[in-house]
Amino acid sequence: MDAIVAEGISKVFHLQVNPSQSLKERLVRLRGNHTRDFTALQTMDLSVAGGETLGILGHNGSGKSTLLKCISGILKPTTGTIRIRGRIASLLELGAGFHPELTGRENVFINAAFLGISRAEIARRFDDIVDFAELHEFIDEPVKHYSSGMYVRLGFAVAINLDPDILLVDEVLAVGDEVFQQKCLDRVRQFQQEGRTIVVVTHAADVVRQVCQRAIVLHHGEKVADTRPGEAIRIFREHLQGALSEAAVPSPDAPVRIDDLEIHSSGQEAKTITSGDPLELTVVFTAQRRLERPVVHVSIISPQGQTLYAIDIDLSDHGIGALDGTHRITASFARIPLLDGRYMVSTRVFDQTASEVAAVRVGRDEFSVLNPGTAHGVVSLKLDSVTAD
Amino acid sequence: MSSAGGSRTELRVVAARRSIVAHIREIWTFRELLGGLIRKELKVRYKNSVLGFLWSMAQPVFLLAVYSFVFSILGAGFENFAIWLLCGLIVWTLVSTTLITSVTSITLNANLVGKVPFPRAVLPLSTFGSAMVHFFLQFGTFAVILMATRHHIEWSYVWLLPIALLALSLLLAASALVLSVVNVRARDTQHLLELALTAMFWINPIVYEYQLIVRWLVAHSWPTWLPLINPVTAIITTFQRVIYGAAAVDDRQLLPDVGAWWYLRNLLIVAGVSVVLLLGALRYFDREEGNLAEVL
Repeated sequence: MDAIVAEGISKVFHLQVNPSQSLKERLVRLRGNHTRDFTALQTMDLSVAGGETLGILGHNGSGKSTLLKCISGILKPTTGTIRIRGRIASLLELGAGFHPELTGRENVFINAAFLGISRAEIARRFDDIVDFAELHEFIDEPVKHYSSGMYVRLGFAVAINLDPDILLVDEVLAVGDEVFQQKCLDRVRQFQQEGRTIVVVTHAADVVRQVCQRAIVLHHGEKVADTRPGEAIRIFREHLQGALSEAAVPSPDAPVRIDDLEIHSSGQEAKTITSGDPLELTVVFTAQRRLERPVVHVSIISPQGQTLYAIDIDLSDHGIGALDGTHRITASFARIPLLDGRYMVSTRVFDQTASEVAAVRVGRDEFSVLNPGTAHGVVSLKLDSVTAD
Repeated sequence: MSSAGGSRTELRVVAARRSIVAHIREIWTFRELLGGLIRKELKVRYKNSVLGFLWSMAQPVFLLAVYSFVFSILGAGFENFAIWLLCGLIVWTLVSTTLITSVTSITLNANLVGKVPFPRAVLPLSTFGSAMVHFFLQFGTFAVILMATRHHIEWSYVWLLPIALLALSLLLAASALVLSVVNVRARDTQHLLELALTAMFWINPIVYEYQLIVRWLVAHSWPTWLPLINPVTAIITTFQRVIYGAAAVDDRQLLPDVGAWWYLRNLLIVAGVSVVLLLGALRYFDREEGNLAEVL
């Protein structure tokens, strides 16, 4: 049986064009339309089967958090209905309902009440919660004396120990110290094995590949894919690149034109590079007019949009005090310490004195890394030795 | 684990609109949250104070002492003036506390509303609930004062009090719901309300007597029911008639010399209007609720 069925849901926000919350300004501008509609979610259907783990992929502003908020009931959809079978616990905002003046014990009861759970039931699970949070000696202290880690631990312990049928998870579980994080991940895996439904919202493709059975991709509020994780990740990346190149529209009167960005490995043009091989990035650009003290910025960006490496090369350190005509700047790396994945390269040219960016090239150049070994992740660390007793 | 088994079949529907019945049912399932929030509010208010709840109870005693002293010096008012005053003040405190705390009940909890799903109506209703707890504490103190001073209340009219409280509760619940949402859209509401409450204090017959306005209205050929347009007046006059007692109609002519039916009629009108207002308030609240997380 389906745990979540959403039919024809959409969400439109009425944004105030000139946000003012005062009555005076409202009265002054009573006539005329001062709101702008923003469609955060376009009409879509969605269903999640009981026991399934669904990933929701999307870049920032794609509507994925809005969708999750609608499912959890924090927001209501503008149209359509969502039917949810079973108890929901969300790991969105842990300990959001805590009051600093009250003790951990009092807050556990209030937090559970926010989830609509009776005092009797929470009393029965209280010991489990305190055990899980590892807060025995502090449970009768006001939570204002807690560290942020303790705070979040207690919030997580409440959410996870209330026997939810559906778990909503936003982004990575960055909770407390590493030992506790591992404990949380184990608990999420256990949830899967117990046949509970999990919805994970993320822009990290790895998470989807590792834990999800199915994934949807949101792009500008539209559901563009609803398929297997691998296929969804591919579609997500295509849209991510599209979004990045949209952002960089070259201005015709820019002082510098970037002609090309060449990606080589050991002098050979390369689209695919083996992990640990050399990498050379060459920026070819032409100055339309003289530019003093030029700087070339090069960065390597992960599929999730995170900058893995960025450097500003001050050309005056390399004998070019001012740009004139066409230049080729090559940055060489002896070995590329990345693992499997597609990586984007972006570049900018600007002058050091003014803050103006002379030219940008984003989202057009990429290379893939193939890793022949068994390690996975992002960074290829050199494993020196393994000792075993 | 039987209740956990029951939750397996629980079905929740999230949609832009829902029926008033569904809305009320949802609030009802969160009744423990309502109770918890009221307890939390009281606990937090008296955290780190030695006397705790006694502060709420001490207020009427203190007011009684101050007003008795001031008016005995001024020579104003009438016999047992402090008791007359308290009848009105205790009701007025409930009204003003509810309104002033409910108006900010959502805006002050913006963090919670943006992050935790629960029926938002619980927030304004809990401020009303804690104002009600204070009311009963003060009422209890007032009762002790009445017994200590051997004041004669009108026993045969006492049954009007629960009806008055019920009517007032409906009215205050509706006001709390509407004010809390309106203040999200226009933050001026809370400041406007503070001013309005000062004015509203004086349009209620608390410090003066109801018959004073009636006599003025008669003298100017205005209809005498005009003051009853203010629903709180109907509640306050009921409290005065019951607690101040028969003396209010006998020689001093503080209240109209009519039977209990007059008070009952007033209360039933207030209750009827309040039910309509409450249904409207729930409908309005439901419409706005789904966007609160975004507007805040």
